[in-house]
Amino acid sequence: MSPQPRTGGPPRLADRLLERFCDPYTLEEMQGDLHEEFQYQVRRVGERQARWRYWRDVLGFLKLRARQSFTRKKQQNTYPTTPLISPDMLRNYLKIALRNLVKHKTYSAINIAGLATGMAVAMLIGLWIWDELSFNTYHKNYDRIAQVWQHQTSNGEVFTGKAIPFPLGKELQTKYGSSFQYVVMSSWEGEHFLSLGEKKITKEGSFMDVDAPRMLTLHMLKGSYDGLKEPNSILLSETTAQALFGDREPLNQLIKIDNKMDVRVTGVYEDVPHNAQYGKVKFIAPWELYVASEKWIQRARDNSHWGDNSFQLFVQIADNTDYESVNKRILNAKLNNVPANEKKFKAAIVLNPMRDWRLRSNWENGVKTGGMIDYVWLFGFIGLFVLLLACINFMNLSTARSEKRAKEVGIRKAVGSVRGQLVNQFFSESFLVVFFAFGLALLLVLLVLPWFNQVADKRITMLWTNPLFWTFGLGFTLFTGFVAGSYPALYLSSFQPVKVLKGTFRAGRFAAVPRKVLVVVQFTVSLALIIGTIIIYNQIQYSKNRPIGYNRDGLLMIEMKSPEFYGKFDLLRTELKNAGVIQELAESSSPITDVWSNSGGFHWQGKDPNLDTDFGTVWVTHEFGKTVGWQFKEGRDFSREFTSDSSAIVLNEAAVKFMNIKNPVGTVIRWGSGENMTEYKIIGVIKDMLMSSPYEPVKQTIYLMSYHNVNWINMKLNPAKSANECLTTIEAAFKKHIPTAPFDYKFADEEFGKKFAHEERIGKLATFFAGLAIFISCLGLFGLASFVAEQRTKEIGIRKVLGASVLNLWSLLSKDFVILVIIAFVIATPTAWYFMSHWLDQYEYRSEISWWIFVASGIGTLVVTLLTVSFQSIKAALINPVKSLRSE
Amino acid sequence: MKRSYLGEFEEIVLLTVAVLEGQAYGVALTHEIIEQTGRSVRLNQIHSALQRLEEKGMVKSEMGEPTAERGGRRKRLFTVTAYGRRTLQEIQEVRVTLWSRLLHPFKPATSL
Repeated sequence: MSPQPRTGGPPRLADRLLERFCDPYTLEEMQGDLHEEFQYQVRRVGERQARWRYWRDVLGFLKLRARQSFTRKKQQNTYPTTPLISPDMLRNYLKIALRNLVKHKTYSAINIAGLATGMAVAMLIGLWIWDELSFNTYHKNYDRIAQVWQHQTSNGEVFTGKAIPFPLGKELQTKYGSSFQYVVMSSWEGEHFLSLGEKKITKEGSFMDVDAPRMLTLHMLKGSYDGLKEPNSILLSETTAQALFGDREPLNQLIKIDNKMDVRVTGVYEDVPHNAQYGKVKFIAPWELYVASEKWIQRARDNSHWGDNSFQLFVQIADNTDYESVNKRILNAKLNNVPANEKKFKAAIVLNPMRDWRLRSNWENGVKTGGMIDYVWLFGFIGLFVLLLACINFMNLSTARSEKRAKEVGIRKAVGSVRGQLVNQFFSESFLVVFFAFGLALLLVLLVLPWFNQVADKRITMLWTNPLFWTFGLGFTLFTGFVAGSYPALYLSSFQPVKVLKGTFRAGRFAAVPRKVLVVVQFTVSLALIIGTIIIYNQIQYSKNRPIGYNRDGLLMIEMKSPEFYGKFDLLRTELKNAGVIQELAESSSPITDVWSNSGGFHWQGKDPNLDTDFGTVWVTHEFGKTVGWQFKEGRDFSREFTSDSSAIVLNEAAVKFMNIKNPVGTVIRWGSGENMTEYKIIGVIKDMLMSSPYEPVKQTIYLMSYHNVNWINMKLNPAKSANECLTTIEAAFKKHIPTAPFDYKFADEEFGKKFAHEERIGKLATFFAGLAIFISCLGLFGLASFVAEQRTKEIGIRKVLGASVLNLWSLLSKDFVILVIIAFVIATPTAWYFMSHWLDQYEYRSEISWWIFVASGIGTLVVTLLTVSFQSIKAALINPVKSLRSE
Repeated sequence: MKRSYLGEFEEIVLLTVAVLEGQAYGVALTHEIIEQTGRSVRLNQIHSALQRLEEKGMVKSEMGEPTAERGGRRKRLFTVTAYGRRTLQEIQEVRVTLWSRLLHPFKPATSL
């Protein structure tokens, strides 16, 4: 052997690289060969060259290694592996799942029914939210249309309203025209009657500027967008045209609005869908016609009354701009024009975009505070919770049965199932249940939808043809299946076969803890919903029972929509009184359930000069008080005996308080400005009459006498006669004297009842959801109780043999559940209290949250729980121990 | 013929293993093949060929003695298995048969 030349050895880095990346089993021989080769090369070509070659070889080996690892992996398994999701296994999973379902009928029924209910609720709420969110999207320019609102500051508070003065429309058009595509003045949407010869129908309609159809992108069936160009024209919705003309051609026909305006039909448009602001508006007439129809409107136009906020204004902003910049531009459009004495109101113009009309139109002190969107959120949460409750049932029942299925899992694992396959199997079971439940839920929704629509005042239809609905439904089903199946799938598949099959498997002391937590969650949600429902119901009742300050029994109102009504007062009054069908008849400027007019500019002795006077103003005829039955605190009613009563006024208590005067009767109030100042004398003070919102304090109101400023006929029916009889006589009289107007009457109590419609809707929906939540929770409890009873059959048998009574056993089994409900109660009470007091905050006139609500709902839930559990526990307690103990 | 396909390079490696008779390992084989065929063969190519041959069952291996020039590492010594031998024989037979069937055997180029 030749002596070894001393070298620095092979490159260290290359060596390390080799060590790091090479197969450890072949490293030795490889490195050996490399080193030997290196020595050889050093001798042959020198060290430098040898090192270079060493590197080359190492890299060659690394390349080899890369390929090797690939081939080795391929060869590890000699058998072809089954992919986790193969069609064959899938079929097997489904078959087993189906067999399991059929085998345990009660569990399956509880699972499917519970999930279906939860899904149906979630689906209904989803449809409801969809409907709310798609409100007004019918209009193509939806994103660029806005209504003009204004903030006004009065007595230090900012009030925001959508009523604007007449000249504002023109102002926006001329001075700020570049910001707008369309500027459309509009009247308030209201009922009018349309007549075609003898045929009369009452429809809600609106008077709008010529650009309205174009701005709203109405779908014209006949005629064109220019249908409002001529002042005596009208556009009818399809149903209105149908109602008036039937199958005849409506175009160019002449009809009358309110018996006074002759118009020619210039177009028919497709009905605006229900979930749009204009869904209720059934005809549109020209703004010019509206202006011409009333003297006061012409005055507002001719005199540029900037202080008279009586109109609506809609705009579509130009394409090249956005709300923010337009808002900035037009902020002072009104303030720049108002007379000096009105500057103090700091009128600020603001655009309320169409996308906010429905859901975000509440303002508080000049700041947007939401609106219906709160309910969208609320119901969304409730839907999610109810669905969650249903999923919890599923999880609970599955894990409760885990000990039974533990053996199955053990055997499956022992014969070679890998965990993934078990997970798949449990998921397919849950998906199967969920798909059944989805089908059932669809059916439930179909059944409940008409009722739901009625309660929620909606016209929701199933979106069968909407791909979004199906995508959503599918995603939602998969999600539910995944959520509901995840716990059993992951928990059950984790069992160790050795433990399970040796028989030493015990779920452990804490295995039931998650189950208990879930039950507590369920009952917390249910309880909170129940408490909420009771509080809503309570609030409605409280407001309904609020003293209203007048007698609404047999009180009837008719709006004087046609000029024919006027001048018939005495005729009608004497005739109807003589016929004995009414006690009294009087006219007023506002319906008894609303105040249509608010006015400022009042002065009296000792008034704080900084006080902005704002009174509700109602004009009435002599016997108004007698008709509605208002109650005097001091002073006297209007009387025909005093001719001076034409300048007399009656105040309500709120007004006296607002004016801050000691002896109101006899005080003189001056109203008007400059030369138009008129003096009025207070002759009486009545107890507050609740005319507007039942949730707000009664507004300071002034009642003045007038036979000209009136719009409504009020009648008090004779209580001695049946309402039906009275109505027939009254109708006959009206037909005789006012032949062309339809006899549309309203009962005051019904109109009053309508004020609660919104709250009642929410109350009904909340009741519905709370009921279902409790139902689902109890369903789960029922399943759990039956499981526990079954699990403890032997224990119960032994106890019975040793002398336990049925009562003992019953309390033994029920105790656990009662504790859970109590814990739920402790959590739910403050939570519900917090949210509900927040809800009540929006009402000025609100009920208190009293303790009995919580106690009642707690006890109620407890009773329902006990009933549910008792069924199972008594059944278990009654079993003959011979039966349960015979085996083993 | 029902046996594993043997590449030309593998055949040469296998044959060389047989030639070296129990002294066949990476470096020795490399040098032998370079000498005999004049190809520029590299260590890793030999190793990968040997691995393939072992997977195919043509050669078997055992670890030999450590030597100083290998830094104290052992060498893996390869021997041809019976299967490998048969395979080599079969290949040879096929070639011989084919050569013998040439009707006009190639004449040395010098005769031209």
